[in-house]
Amino acid sequence: MNNDIERYTPSERTNHWAVAVFFVLATLSGLALFHPALFGLSGLFGGGAWTRILHPFLGVAMFLLFLVMAIRFAGHNRLDANDRQWLRQMGDVINNREERLPEVGRYNAGQKLLFWVLVLSMLVLLVSGIVIWRQYFSAGFGIQALRWASLLHAAAALLLILGILVHIYAAIWIKGSLGAMLHGTVSRAWARKHHAGWYKAVVRERK
Amino acid sequence: MATQDIIARSATTTPMPSVRQVGEVAKLIDTSKCIGCKACQVACSEWNDLRDEVGSNVGVYDNPRDLTADSWTLMRFAEHENPAGNLEWLIRKDGCMHCAEPGCLAACPSPGAIVKYANGIVDFNQDHCIGCGYCITGCPFDIPRISQKDHKAYKCTLCSDRVAVGLEPACVKTCPTGAIVFGSKEDMIEHADGRIKDLKERGFEQAGLYDPAGVGGTHVMYVLHHADQPELYSGLPSDPSISPLVGLWKGVSKPLALLAMGATVLLGFFHYVRVGPNRVEEDLEPVVHEVDPSVHEVEPKKP
Repeated sequence: MNNDIERYTPSERTNHWAVAVFFVLATLSGLALFHPALFGLSGLFGGGAWTRILHPFLGVAMFLLFLVMAIRFAGHNRLDANDRQWLRQMGDVINNREERLPEVGRYNAGQKLLFWVLVLSMLVLLVSGIVIWRQYFSAGFGIQALRWASLLHAAAALLLILGILVHIYAAIWIKGSLGAMLHGTVSRAWARKHHAGWYKAVVRERK
Repeated sequence: MATQDIIARSATTTPMPSVRQVGEVAKLIDTSKCIGCKACQVACSEWNDLRDEVGSNVGVYDNPRDLTADSWTLMRFAEHENPAGNLEWLIRKDGCMHCAEPGCLAACPSPGAIVKYANGIVDFNQDHCIGCGYCITGCPFDIPRISQKDHKAYKCTLCSDRVAVGLEPACVKTCPTGAIVFGSKEDMIEHADGRIKDLKERGFEQAGLYDPAGVGGTHVMYVLHHADQPELYSGLPSDPSISPLVGLWKGVSKPLALLAMGATVLLGFFHYVRVGPNRVEEDLEPVVHEVDPSVHEVEPKKP
């Protein structure tokens, strides 16, 4: 149907999925080094030593691609009064009672919050990850810095993984949103239901 | 040593063999008898076939300047002016302490790269080492070093290969003053008691044994003239223990983080089961059957 609205350009979609691919790889290799029960995941990367070698590069690639995406989307993710109201009505959100919620623009408060959680955890992961990157950087840091960085790296990774799990589930839950990121478009009805403010703006722009 | 003797193993959460009853060993280093000849450093290098870079003199006796992947033991020389105004040369042979509760082993993510034997020796298995350096982060004594040649971690083995066949470590064998002795941990504590009594009689009131309880005791112990101030000996920690940061990182956070991830996935699944997907009812826009005007104009039966 040519009536559909473009939500993500091909470049935005490519950027998103490139981050996703590196997130999966960095997560699998990172979890292998995090818990003994998951050390077997290192087999996917060619063994323990290869996992140790590859993980930081995968992480840096994820960060750089995310940085580009974050710069693209930061403007749409400023939280406002409507968003605070939206968050207060979390019960309506999770029970699919959208009609009771304040009007949502391009992104709802949950999506915006996720955006900032990702920004925060990515920054912490980058800085702490450099400190504990033994091959190139660790020699320049004191033992306390290494210990803090190790702990913060794990904590930020957990935050990121939990955030992405919620993100993935939301895409399964809200039908039509996966399509937006796969082929770029959403139906007018989808836009009206989930992002009425954005829909109005798009229609206004077209006139 | 036999695998039955491995009583602790890195990144392993199930019990290790525990049927054998093996006595604990210990190396006792008597700082009051050490003359700083570095024969122990040479013996270590010889027995283990290690050849560190010769390096350059930086104005102190310590050589090399620090432990390296090729120097597993190092004499550290400290000049201490005692309250009477006299110089005391406090020389300490530094190296792995072989903790009963090793921070390196707790931190290591690679199964079997670090093991603890029933006799108390903590050993690195370089074939399982992945080179992450977590052992350095975990060690309360700053001992392990990563080689820049092969990116594997190295440290004193307490000559586990020699001890396994009933020999004493190479440094013990070579020490010309008998400052380093080796035997069962029990015997070494008894030996230390005699030395401490002697030192006290000679004016070192605070002489004592360094066997820190914070790491469950060690299998390398020191007799110190100033056991009340171990820091005097080139920064020997007075109350070493596994850092709380490492404890948190390698302790509760591991199972809790996995639990949190699993719980999040389950929450999502049950939300889908109970609340269900959020679907959009697509507009049933009236399908306008606009008839192509040209169709009506064609009436083939008309002449």
